Amino acid sequence: MIKRGLFKNPKNQLEGNPKLSRTPAPCVADEMCVTCPSCKKTILTSELSENLSVCQTCGYHFRINARQRINIISDANTFCEIDQDMISQNRIDFPEYDKKLKNARLDSAEKDAVVCGTCKIGGYDCCLFVMEPYFMMGSMGIVVGEKITRLFEMATEKSLPVVGFTVSGGARMQEGILSLMQMAKTSGAVKRHNDAGNLYIGVLTDPTTGGVTASFATEGDIVVAEPSALIGFAGPRVIEQTIRQKLPQGFQRAEFLLEKGFLDAIVDRREQKKYLVRLLYLHEKAEQA
Amino acid sequence: MNAYDKVRAARAKGRPTSIDYINQIFTKFTELHGDRRFSDDKAIIAGIAKLDDMSVTVIGIEKGHSTKEKVSRNFGSAHPEGYRKALRQMKLAEKFKRPVICFVDTAGAFCGIGAEERGQGQAIAENLMEMMALRVPVISIFIGEGGSGGALALSVADEVWMLENSVYSVISPEGCASILWKDSSKTKEASECLKLTAEDLYSFGVTERIFSEKAGFEPLCEEIKNQLIATFHRNNSLTTEELLDNRYRKFRKIGG
Ligand SMILES: [Zn+2]
Repeated sequence: MIKRGLFKNPKNQLEGNPKLSRTPAPCVADEMCVTCPSCKKTILTSELSENLSVCQTCGYHFRINARQRINIISDANTFCEIDQDMISQNRIDFPEYDKKLKNARLDSAEKDAVVCGTCKIGGYDCCLFVMEPYFMMGSMGIVVGEKITRLFEMATEKSLPVVGFTVSGGARMQEGILSLMQMAKTSGAVKRHNDAGNLYIGVLTDPTTGGVTASFATEGDIVVAEPSALIGFAGPRVIEQTIRQKLPQGFQRAEFLLEKGFLDAIVDRREQKKYLVRLLYLHEKAEQA
Repeated sequence: MNAYDKVRAARAKGRPTSIDYINQIFTKFTELHGDRRFSDDKAIIAGIAKLDDMSVTVIGIEKGHSTKEKVSRNFGSAHPEGYRKALRQMKLAEKFKRPVICFVDTAGAFCGIGAEERGQGQAIAENLMEMMALRVPVISIFIGEGGSGGALALSVADEVWMLENSVYSVISPEGCASILWKDSSKTKEASECLKLTAEDLYSFGVTERIFSEKAGFEPLCEEIKNQLIATFHRNNSLTTEELLDNRYRKFRKIGG
């Protein structure tokens, strides 16, 4: 058996990932191996999974999907998903978009690029959103914008903190101007949540770029990132084409952003839950204590 | 005119820029410089002026006319300090209860090392949040190109107006073509796909008003001036909370 959780996590057989099911199953559970792209060490998938998909040798953070993150962050059996059935439509008849959506649903076993819900984190009630890298690289169209907006509106109504994990290539070109408008819409909802005195913690993961960086990803009261996550407005290739020179080593990585003053901290995936619980504890309101 | 003709008209050499509109529509425009944090970004001009007898804050993305001026204004592509300068002026407008008028004309926020180092994404994001809650009327007018987040950062407004030959899109036609067809020369096809004309945007509820350019520059400015005055007078009957609710709902319902 392939250890579930390493690659993609189909919710059921019907929605399963065809690529995954075509992989021949090895005879012994621990025989599957991957090579760490950073230190090149061979790692057993079972070990990697136990270590939250972080290389034990060098700390490289493998990409994980939204369901895996929810499992890592939320207290067991507390996550209650909302708006799980919202589906993107090809609103401006953009070429190839219907096919892209279909493939994205197969690749990710999700209906769109963000999963939202309520949960407990260390016993604290929270609203949680987690973006899905295997759905069109977490690009933001109407559905993503609407789900994030509804989550913040609900959190404002219930006076709950929001914890959000971003991974995104930016606004979803295939929805044209309507995707750009999601930046304004989500920012408005974050602002209302903010002005009502509620806490929003953003965790930026690799990569967080474009319209998501330029909206809700960087609007948290506290913004942290995973080690070496690429974070920027423009993608590195676009910048290289614009300025016609190679970018320096480490440019737009989390460590660079921390140095420039745009992050509060870099938090290893294995420490994230503890870190979030501590922040929630530090923001505990007097009447709750 | 097809979508690509509109893109070319929006970018045409000799097309009036923000400064031209400001000088024609307002009096006593007094430019105020700098973001108080890093520098003064010449891609964005900002200041106070009179609209008839009303003091207003005016902000514009400025491309410049001569080659020398275009270079000094970075061809109208702002850095984070430009957006922060604009926000500083908006906060002053809020303090002194002046309406805000933004002129938008940019291929996009600048993509470069300095822009990233100083937080281009964060600067735009902050403007989106703050504009949504700015306690004075805000109107944004697209006079040429409206390039993605760099244009949106000055257009979270009560109303977004567009000249008939202005465009507004999530990505440039060139960028779209190179992603879709790996061929950045297919701008004509990409322009159609993106639905970026003023008519398209009106049908989506992104813009409330389209101005004809047929009568020429001076009548156009007169019409913009009249509409600004009328709109700000109408806004007078709203409470601040109603104004902000309307602004929130405008963006809340687009695409919904
Ligand atoms: Zn490693």
